[in-house]
Amino acid sequence: MKKLIAALLTILMLAGAAAAFAEDYSFGTDTAFRPFEYTDETGTLVGIDVEILAAIAEDQGFTYTIEPLGWDASIAACQAGQKDALIAGASITEKRKAEGWIFSDGYYNANQSMAVAVGSDITGFDGLKGQSVAVKTGTESKSYADSLAETYGFTVMTFESSPDIYQAVISGQCVACFDDTPIMADYIKSNGVPLQLVPGTESEGADYGMAIFDPAKTEIIEKFNAGLANIKENGKYDEILAKYLGN
Amino acid sequence: MIDLFSRYGRVLVTAMGQTLLLALYGLSFACVIGLIVGIMSVVKNKACRGFALVFVNLIRGVPMIVLAYFIFFGVPFLFNNVLHVGTRVTLTALQAGSICLALNCGAYMAEIIRAGIQSVDVGQMEAARSVGLPYWRAMQRVVLPQAIRTMIPSIINQFIITLKDTSILSVIGFPELVNTAKNVVAETFLSFQTWGIVAIMYLIVILLLQWLAKVLERRLKYESK
Repeated sequence: MKKLIAALLTILMLAGAAAAFAEDYSFGTDTAFRPFEYTDETGTLVGIDVEILAAIAEDQGFTYTIEPLGWDASIAACQAGQKDALIAGASITEKRKAEGWIFSDGYYNANQSMAVAVGSDITGFDGLKGQSVAVKTGTESKSYADSLAETYGFTVMTFESSPDIYQAVISGQCVACFDDTPIMADYIKSNGVPLQLVPGTESEGADYGMAIFDPAKTEIIEKFNAGLANIKENGKYDEILAKYLGN
Repeated sequence: MIDLFSRYGRVLVTAMGQTLLLALYGLSFACVIGLIVGIMSVVKNKACRGFALVFVNLIRGVPMIVLAYFIFFGVPFLFNNVLHVGTRVTLTALQAGSICLALNCGAYMAEIIRAGIQSVDVGQMEAARSVGLPYWRAMQRVVLPQAIRTMIPSIINQFIITLKDTSILSVIGFPELVNTAKNVVAETFLSFQTWGIVAIMYLIVILLLQWLAKVLERRLKYESK
């Protein structure tokens, strides 16, 4: 009897291991980039990116794994071939394309803007002279802040995550932060983060896209684009956005 | 790699300068803290010994990254958002980083100094006292000079560890070498080349430091003969 149980367990474990390798694609994403990806109270990875990917996978009939490795680590994992693709609210830019990013169609239009602590008297870039602002390494918001730094005479400090840059502003270490507008709006709305967006500081904006780095894997892009078009048509896309952003 | 260095060399060398500046501040204060706390842990006074024990255990028991977050984000938050003191309390990343390194390295230095002093035979202190030297004089003239020679290799070791620990302070936005390299990688996505260059830069600086330490060690030995 014991032997039988042991044998059954072994088979189960082998089957489990085999199943883990049987997914069609593996995706890397950011750890905390609300409302695009974050872990909810039950420890499940949720968010707009996560649900759009799930809806597209269902529509196109592929299986996948998604792991919140962090922004930099996800990019590195895709480049090293450890992951197939990145879905982490990545802005589609010409610069990134030139550097070898291959993007899907855009699935969300986002811009960047500046936020300050609630009650701050800063109403625009003019108030930043001689001050420090917080941004996240390697993001569009950093490029945006960098492009303004010289004109308005402020210093750009780089941190690893969105919560880090909000902390820097809330604790008074930096007077302002630059991040993607929907991300900050969500943090302010759902977490009550004591920050306020400064009107008139928005960048031009860009579309978010799913990205790969290996030209041999364009099949993922094709399926993603086809699935995206379908879920936009059948209303699933709007449903997901409404769930996370309201209105 | 050479191509990358020709493009970002200036940025990276400047960042190395920031790393060294941070290490210099941190180590200077750490030496002071280490000496004071180290001596406190060998004197007769129980309150002094107790303080030294608590300090060393507290700092050694907390990872430096936690200390960094606590000092940079936590402390100003306490003043500005919890206690609501009138003016805005801020610590620059350099100040917070230096305090963090000084506390962390200081605790380890204190232990090195305590062990160094205790490694000198008690007979030395007794002999010095019996010829009429007061305690502090005996410590300064007889015990410490002998202790320092045995401490030097451990202290150099601690300096090197602390120099490398500055990289942890990339998380509080200080533009030292690792933080800057992360930004270079984020712009170029040349991970191998960037981290390769960074590794070589650290290696060069640390080899130089080791060479300097060897010279210093030889000097001290020579003088004692």
